[in-house]
Amino acid sequence: MIELKDIVKVFDTPTGPVEVLKKVSLSIRQGEIFGVIGRSGAGKSTLVRCVNALERPTSGAVFVGGVEISRLDGAALRAARRDIGMIFQHFNLLSSRTVFDNVALPLEIAGKSKAEIQQTVAPLLDLVGLADRADRYPAQLSGGQKQRVGIARALALKPKVLLCDEATSALDPETTKSILALLKDINLKLGLTVVLITHEMNVIKELCDRVAVMDHGAAVEVGEVFEVFSDPQSEAAQTLVRDVLNHDLPQEAARRLRPGNPPGTNPVIRITFTGPSATTPVVAELARDVGVDVNILHGHIDYIQGRPYGVLTAELSGGDAAVQAAFAHILGKSLKLEVLGHVAGND
Amino acid sequence: MSPAMIDLLWQGLLETLQMVGISGLLATLLGVPLGVLLVVTGPGHILPHRTVNAVVGVISNIVRSTPFIILLVAIIPVTRLIVGTSIGTAAAIVPLTLAAIPFVGRLTEAALREVDAGLIEAAQAMGATPLQIVVKVLLPEALSSVVAGLTITIVSLINYSAMAGAVGGGGLGDIGIRYGYQRFLPEVMITVIVILIILVQAVQTVGDRLARRLNKRVKG
Repeated sequence: MIELKDIVKVFDTPTGPVEVLKKVSLSIRQGEIFGVIGRSGAGKSTLVRCVNALERPTSGAVFVGGVEISRLDGAALRAARRDIGMIFQHFNLLSSRTVFDNVALPLEIAGKSKAEIQQTVAPLLDLVGLADRADRYPAQLSGGQKQRVGIARALALKPKVLLCDEATSALDPETTKSILALLKDINLKLGLTVVLITHEMNVIKELCDRVAVMDHGAAVEVGEVFEVFSDPQSEAAQTLVRDVLNHDLPQEAARRLRPGNPPGTNPVIRITFTGPSATTPVVAELARDVGVDVNILHGHIDYIQGRPYGVLTAELSGGDAAVQAAFAHILGKSLKLEVLGHVAGND
Repeated sequence: MSPAMIDLLWQGLLETLQMVGISGLLATLLGVPLGVLLVVTGPGHILPHRTVNAVVGVISNIVRSTPFIILLVAIIPVTRLIVGTSIGTAAAIVPLTLAAIPFVGRLTEAALREVDAGLIEAAQAMGATPLQIVVKVLLPEALSSVVAGLTITIVSLINYSAMAGAVGGGGLGDIGIRYGYQRFLPEVMITVIVILIILVQAVQTVGDRLARRLNKRVKG
């Protein structure tokens, strides 16, 4: 649906040219919710703005539905943009227009008749749950309601693609949830391809099918959200994942860790449960069948796209032989095992 | 005050209203587009054009920096060309309009610049043409500020119209100078000033109310 090929973007600044995008290539499929995540300044906003040519790449090509939008101009570009809806962090609603007239704006711009506008806007306001606010002005709405108007407006011309530029970053967590649910609903109902950029890993976790992790202008990791969460490869992805999943050792336990494997110490291990193995009662098995003592230091289970994902940090004790047997048992269950370090047994 | 004097003041008021009304209307019709042109041709805006922007900017500054009393006499040939005469109320309307156009233009420019760039971007993302952006986004969003600017312009025009006497334009200001000052009739001078104060107050009040009603950026 959307192809970005070797996108390079250089901005001229007073201090010299800055390369914001460094040969980014992405392929976004029809009907999926694709997330782009990165710290501010990673280039994600510039990237998404290349999709509707609000920004022109310095080199590279952008295809939307087979059309090279990065080459279009004038009337052809305006026509192509009507197939791409966009919502914004600060909503960008016209303060001088009512909710109804804001949603009607793209239809007016496309030259639709009054009757057609009337017919299109009312069901859209229903869809976003604002039918009773049609005559209000944006200043009379809450942030969440404003974004709902933004969504209705973006859908007015029945686009094939919806671009979301930090659409929930100005909203509180509760409102963010409801907006994300609405986006999911729209994605399913209308079969819309959604490209969402955010700096919040939670948004990606809740909503997206696939994700691209941006770092310093490059897409350092692209994949299924579950894969990126459960097994992040790049440093940028690992940092982002750590922020939401928070499977770092508690400080107290980290303080006791000793490097190497001095005699008389116990290993501290981290077991990662993903997919089907997430339901394995491994702790009980270790204690009962292998005969090691498992002292749980930290652990939690999360659901990413409905699939369980758990992390458990524990200290094993009971002698070298038992510990080795325990490692073998864990690996035999095809669980991911990491030894984080050792702690003195009597510490 | 004699009935003749009251009649004279009444005539003066009508002339002032005529001069300010017509030149205000014409200056709005020409000055608002000038303001739009100054904004949209600016760097990074919807129709950036360095030359047009610079030329229009310089011309409007030249007109604005010329003292009105000088402008009034300097453009007499142009006035004669447009209205066929260089004296009288009609002749005063030409320089008043000319002085007010760049004034309205700059105030409109300032009002349009206040419109959030995000709104322009949203309209572009919808596939709006530059004209649609001006008509459907920039002007409606800035309308309240434009009206406030026009209010200032009209008050300034009331002020400037007092100098119209120099070309026989008449009006209250002219009466104030000829009768109140030159013939030393303080009661005429005071009456003229009081009428002008009431006029300015009325214009400002109406303008403020209109601007407030048009501003939807606040709750209520």
